[in-house]
Amino acid sequence: MTTIISITVLGVLILFLGILKKQKWLLPVILAGLVVSMALTIMDWNTFRSYNNGMLIVDNVSVAFSTVLIFSTFLIFSLAAQYYRGVQRPLDDIYGVMIFALVGAVMMTSYGNLIMLFLGIETLSIALYVLAGSHKEAITSNEATLKYFLLGSFLSGFLLFGIALIYGSTGSFDLQKISLFVASCSGTYPPMFLAGLFLLIIGLAFKIAIVPFHFWAPDVYEGTPTLLTAFMATVVKTASIVAMFRFFTHTFLGIHGVWETTIWVMAAFTILLGNLTGVYQPNLKRMLAYSSISHSGYMLLAVVAFSPMSNNALLLYTISYSIATITAFGILILIREAHGNDFFTSMNGMAKSNPLEAFCLTVAMLSLTGIPPLAGFMAKYYLFTTALEKGLVWLVIVAITGSAVSVVYYFKPIVAMYLKDPTGVQLKVETPYKIHLLFMTLMVIIIGILPFFLIGLL
Amino acid sequence: MLTIILILLPLALSLITLSLKKEKEIRYFVLTGALIEFGLAVAAFVQYKTSCHCQLLFRADWLASMGVSLKFGMDGISMLLVMLTTFLLPVIIMASFSHSYERPSAFYSLILLMEMALVGVFTAFDGLMFYIFWEMALIPAYFICAVWGGNDRIRITLKFFIYTFTGSLFMLGALIYLYSRTPMPHSFDFQWLYLVALTPTEQLWIFLAFFLAFAVKIPIFPFHTWQPDTYAEAPAAGSMLLAGIMLKMGIYGMIRWMIPICHQALQQWGTFAMILAVTGIVYASLIAIRQKDMKRLVAYSSIAHVGLIAAGVFALTIHSMQGAMIQMISHGINIVGLFLVIDLIEQRTKTRNIADLGGIALKAPRLAVFFMVILLGSIALPLTNGFVGEFLLLLGIFEHSVVFSAIGGLTIIFSAVYMLWMYQRTMLGTTNQLTGQIADLTWTEMATLIPLVIMIFWIGLFPGLFLDVALPDVLQILNFAK
Repeated sequence: MTTIISITVLGVLILFLGILKKQKWLLPVILAGLVVSMALTIMDWNTFRSYNNGMLIVDNVSVAFSTVLIFSTFLIFSLAAQYYRGVQRPLDDIYGVMIFALVGAVMMTSYGNLIMLFLGIETLSIALYVLAGSHKEAITSNEATLKYFLLGSFLSGFLLFGIALIYGSTGSFDLQKISLFVASCSGTYPPMFLAGLFLLIIGLAFKIAIVPFHFWAPDVYEGTPTLLTAFMATVVKTASIVAMFRFFTHTFLGIHGVWETTIWVMAAFTILLGNLTGVYQPNLKRMLAYSSISHSGYMLLAVVAFSPMSNNALLLYTISYSIATITAFGILILIREAHGNDFFTSMNGMAKSNPLEAFCLTVAMLSLTGIPPLAGFMAKYYLFTTALEKGLVWLVIVAITGSAVSVVYYFKPIVAMYLKDPTGVQLKVETPYKIHLLFMTLMVIIIGILPFFLIGLL
Repeated sequence: MLTIILILLPLALSLITLSLKKEKEIRYFVLTGALIEFGLAVAAFVQYKTSCHCQLLFRADWLASMGVSLKFGMDGISMLLVMLTTFLLPVIIMASFSHSYERPSAFYSLILLMEMALVGVFTAFDGLMFYIFWEMALIPAYFICAVWGGNDRIRITLKFFIYTFTGSLFMLGALIYLYSRTPMPHSFDFQWLYLVALTPTEQLWIFLAFFLAFAVKIPIFPFHTWQPDTYAEAPAAGSMLLAGIMLKMGIYGMIRWMIPICHQALQQWGTFAMILAVTGIVYASLIAIRQKDMKRLVAYSSIAHVGLIAAGVFALTIHSMQGAMIQMISHGINIVGLFLVIDLIEQRTKTRNIADLGGIALKAPRLAVFFMVILLGSIALPLTNGFVGEFLLLLGIFEHSVVFSAIGGLTIIFSAVYMLWMYQRTMLGTTNQLTGQIADLTWTEMATLIPLVIMIFWIGLFPGLFLDVALPDVLQILNFAK
């Protein structure tokens, strides 16, 4: 609760700073504010409280994932100074909307009521529709926002309809009461309830970009301003998968026989399709879009396994995925700035002109591939262990095959940077930005070598 | 303690190397470091008491809640391979001195990083640690071959990476599966993993997953297609690291993992693996005869030789296993020697094409002598190291099956054919434009080759020391299979 309040206050504060024309203050205030709300969130550790008649539940899972979300946002805002370097227009609106989107994301990790879930998703989505189109002059940005808005609002309808059907059959929005209803059904469920459940799955699967509801993702990611694509690929994805994870492992655990196979198949296809299509992408941004699709497939493994280990597996996975992805986007911003595009050929010989940036991107790519001793490996290892404990042998085999395929595209930037002749363009990077990139890279390495803290957490 | 120092020292050296600037400084620093590492390994060897227990044990908690610990130690099998690694590294480093590579600090740093990973693989007594180091060896190997390699390196090294990475991932799956079958709380400790009781079906699947990982690494026919290209395009040091040490990881994995854990599956399906290994011997030998490029010829000869080692492992007799152990060492030394000589010839004549060479022995007699000795070791002439290993291997395989032994024995005949024919065409005969002005070996080059030659004769004449070290552990591994 304090998290949501503090972030909202921060958002309003940013808008006020905008009115007062204090553009220079925006980023420092945001970063400080995010640190404060992160601290406030962590203070809720082990409190287990619920607010407003169980509308919001603050437990360790929600605290942990809210922290991940705020931290990811913090990392993304640290890239903002470089990204908006040459921009003359005031930025308070974009920053403010991003922070409000974060409020929605935090709500999605701590809802105790389906209405709250819907509110969270809408707060997040409406903010994102605006953000996707925030680069008004670019036609691609307009295309992205239109595509995202049309499909997103349509799918929100699905979600709402699903919630309505569940309400119709159970008589409540409250997750606690719904799980009581599930228990009382003893095996036979009213068709309306099941229909509602599947509409709910579809609505969330769209937000996470799970196959077969992923078609919007590559186009929208490509058109959206890069900084906000990083936000979509990490914060939005984490929040949505946690939302899904919460109601599956909590409320709908009793009827896992019904949804298990569906999620299993979706996970398998997401991994395979994301990785196979990723191979054919000509530029880094679309490649990262498909990479993010395939990683949502891996995250679904934690949902299908729904064991006590799943919490931790998902936490470790989202953290390592987010940090590595934000690092990659950080480099992507630089490349697009210097070259005007992000084709792999633009990255040729970057290891010679910008060794540090090349190294950071290499570590990020290797971590996403899952090479030890980086964070991505520990995350994948823990996830596979969780799934195998549950006996999901075939799904793990699919996931392993997917990882093997992913080498092909994760190595494209590495090959371009280290093995091709230089383009002669030097990326212009300011020192704080370099330090930030190095910090994230070190985190990827450190989480890989010393994952104790994260593994014992939940 | 010594074990963990052996792992950490190359890592520390590798990081320091990155900060050095002058090429000369880097060379001396790296060589000294590698020699100190070898000295430490010798110290470990001296301390080591031959028995079937894991010694020089280092143990620390890493992920205690998940049963993963930093457990490193050495038994006889590890000991031999650590000795091989630390012995070959200075040789490989010295062999690189005659090239002036771009960005030398990165190059030598990667070589040292590779040494760390290799020592880690051979000393890990924890399943996950084994996998982590196994995978960590791949990254420096990839970059060494890809950045400093030949013209077609990009495509070929990526193929190499994808092949090996795919294989290893399946091994990871198998390891985690085994882990989830250990009693609660689960553990990745070797001892626990060995004790897991598996149904025949489970054994078969685990066997297949392991086999895929190891067969790609070794490589066993038909998983070998990455190998000749990669060896041919890699820089000299890269080929030496891959062929000399890295492929031993595969054979080591078979001995350490596959036999104790999948022994039933191995007894049931081992014949098929044996057929693949033996097919590879004949197939690769025949191709080697027709090769025009010296490096490719040696690459194919390597497939044939390691095919025999793998067949020896599958035969599961004491002689064949001991043969496999000794032949791993011999093959490592011989192939590094061969690649080194080829590299020396290539530096002088700018070609590896056999048809363009000839008469080198007239102009460079020292080079010719060293080449001959190493080559004889490789074709298993008595009194050289190759003979000890191949004799034991063939004897062991004979005890298992006469047919396989007969076919496997062809490797000796074939290798004599292609190796001696190569020698004849390159070293003997009359000189031509390319070889007319060829210079003989310098002192540095001699210093690089002499340790190899000493080892060739030492193992060939007095193999007892090397055979005894691993014997109790080999027997113990074989006990699992009974």
